[in-house]
Amino acid sequence: MVPLSHYLMFGAVLFFIGVIGVLTRRNAVIILMSIELMLNAVNITLISFGHFLHNVTGQIFAIFVIAVAAGEAAVGLAIIIEVFRGRKTLYVDEINIMRW
Amino acid sequence: MLDLVWLIPGLPALAVLINGIFGKKYLKTKTHYLAVGSTGLSFVISCIIFWQVAFNHQTADLVLYEWIMAGALSANFGFLIDPLSAVMIITVSGVGFLIHIYSVGYMHGDGGYHRYFTYLNLFMVSMLILVLADNYLLMFVGWEGVGLCSYLLIGFWFHKKSASDAGVKAFLFNRVGDAGVLLAMFLMFVHFGTLDFHYIFSHTDLISTQTATIITILLLLGVTGKSAQIPLYPWLPDAMEGPTPVSALIHAATMVTAGVYMIARSNALYLMSPTAMTVVALVGAATALVAATIGLCQFDIKRVLAYSTVSQLGYMVMACGVGAFVAGIFHLMTHAFFKALLFMGSGSIIHALSGEQDMRKMGALRPHMPRTFWTFMAATLAIAGIFPFAGFFSKDEILWQAFSNEHGHWVFWAIGAFAAGLTAFYMFRLVFMTFFGKSRVDREVAKHLHESPSVMTIPLICLGILSIFGGLVGVPAALGGKNRIHSFLAPVLGGGHHEANVVSQGIAHASEAVHGTGAHAAAAAHHSLYLEWFMMALSVTIALIGIFVAYHMYIRNPSIPEKLAKKFNVLYKLIFNKYYVDEIYDFFIIRRTKQLATILWQWFDVPIVDGMVNGTSKFTVFQAKLSALFDVNTVDGAVNGTSVIVKNWAKNFKFFQTGLVQNYALVMLFAVFIIISFYLFF
Repeated sequence: MVPLSHYLMFGAVLFFIGVIGVLTRRNAVIILMSIELMLNAVNITLISFGHFLHNVTGQIFAIFVIAVAAGEAAVGLAIIIEVFRGRKTLYVDEINIMRW
Repeated sequence: MLDLVWLIPGLPALAVLINGIFGKKYLKTKTHYLAVGSTGLSFVISCIIFWQVAFNHQTADLVLYEWIMAGALSANFGFLIDPLSAVMIITVSGVGFLIHIYSVGYMHGDGGYHRYFTYLNLFMVSMLILVLADNYLLMFVGWEGVGLCSYLLIGFWFHKKSASDAGVKAFLFNRVGDAGVLLAMFLMFVHFGTLDFHYIFSHTDLISTQTATIITILLLLGVTGKSAQIPLYPWLPDAMEGPTPVSALIHAATMVTAGVYMIARSNALYLMSPTAMTVVALVGAATALVAATIGLCQFDIKRVLAYSTVSQLGYMVMACGVGAFVAGIFHLMTHAFFKALLFMGSGSIIHALSGEQDMRKMGALRPHMPRTFWTFMAATLAIAGIFPFAGFFSKDEILWQAFSNEHGHWVFWAIGAFAAGLTAFYMFRLVFMTFFGKSRVDREVAKHLHESPSVMTIPLICLGILSIFGGLVGVPAALGGKNRIHSFLAPVLGGGHHEANVVSQGIAHASEAVHGTGAHAAAAAHHSLYLEWFMMALSVTIALIGIFVAYHMYIRNPSIPEKLAKKFNVLYKLIFNKYYVDEIYDFFIIRRTKQLATILWQWFDVPIVDGMVNGTSKFTVFQAKLSALFDVNTVDGAVNGTSVIVKNWAKNFKFFQTGLVQNYALVMLFAVFIIISFYLFF
């Protein structure tokens, strides 16, 4: 069998790729995609625990997360469209009017 | 009945309150009912008490109220009823009552009618307290009270500057005398521990002769102020600015006699010090003489009477000084009668002449004013000392005592006799210039010439009767009389005297049995009866000479006065200007006091006192500036500093706010790492 740690490591790696994506990428849509990636990494962690602890709760929670991720992606895209309409750019490093 | 004594000053006090508060608006011209009524009732009660003292031999010391109980000093509001105070209260209330009635007529129509009677009653209250007091402190209350009323009444017509000045002058002279009385009272308190008459007079052995001398001389200073002796007499002639009834009551009959009363009351102290007695007698004799000389040349009718008062007071003081206290009080009483009458008579004349007071504008008034004339004559004969009028007995008693008494000296008799001659002269000068001779009255004034109304002449008649018969209470033994007043007052006024003859020795033995003053009879002198008769005749002769000279100069040959004045020009000027005493006082005392005041003002008041006040304010301003310094620098500094610190911190750390969401997310990540590491490792 594949030990639990493999799955958890996989989930962690995915999560951190997502984090780096959020912190590093300029394009707002890519940042959204990275956030999705983070959410999915969490899903993998949840399911692996569910499987290894013979508890179906993990899977149920993962479905909740997918639903929420979907809603949040919709709202996030709506915000990006509004920001683009206001700022005429999608690059987040150019949107700094809240600086000192 | 004796416990009704509080009503004697109490009734007039009530009248003062009512007239004072309600007089101006409500009572107006009816104030005299209350004023005269209360004084009349006082007189009735005084008579009752006098009766009790004289015929039932009652005396009392009634404490009405325990006034001061302060440590060692205790002074009560107490009234002493004994022969001396009994004589004083009937004199004061009786003459006061008659003058109140007279004032109703004299002050009729005056704008300050209610104020006049309020003050007059206040005076009665004070004077009665003075003579009834049983300790020096209460007596001093009355003493000050009469001084105050004197000021208020002299300056009654205060719109007139001369009147208000005269009032101030009277009060100031009085005050100087009061300082002497106060110092004497302090000394008495120190040595006796109390100011009670009874205690002090029965414990005279507690003090030395020197102390007694000092106390009595200080009291004498008060007497010179109150009773207008040298050197504090100049206020009395100026006091004539007041209404004439005021002059009659205060400056003739009662207030000025307060000093004589005080000496008589303190006779136990005076007898301890022969030095003081001599000083008193000298002051009295000198005053009697000097005042009589000034009275010779005055033209204002009231001034003549004023100087006459000063002179007669000198007699009374001299009598006390030679130990003849009874004679002094006797003369006080008869003088009250005839002097009040003289003043009221002059008031009647002034009233009739529509305010004229200069004798050079009078003359031949006799047919127009019979009642005034006859009563005035009675008083003049009394003051001149003509037998058998009242003044004869009292003045003669004084002169005889001055001559023959163990404390007396023939010099005092000589001065007294000479002054008596002068008295007779200037009084008859007054009568002749006013009632006889040719009329020098202004034509306009003569049209309104009239005798005074009954309300004014009836008191004159009453006092006239007293001036004629009032001396009969003191007919000396030498003339076969019983000298009742002497035996009445002797227990209180001890005092040396000599009944100088066989007849009187018999009487002295009898009176000794009555009141046990054996010392007098034992010390009976060796002068014969004939000597006393001779002295009596001599004094009457001197008086008659004075009258004759006045007759000659003013009726027979009226041009003589002017010729004499021109011939003895310098002397005349000196006397006419009252020996320039007022001017001397002004130059040496008044002006110097003003200069001292100015110097103190410029060198002390302004630099030091004002300096302190201004300095305090400058200091406060300076302090405020220091405070402001603190405020601005420290407090404001703290507040501003806080904001500066925050601003600098912000300036240094504001780079955190990049506005880039990704930077914020990075910071969040770091925070998560830190928290997890805490969680993992701790």
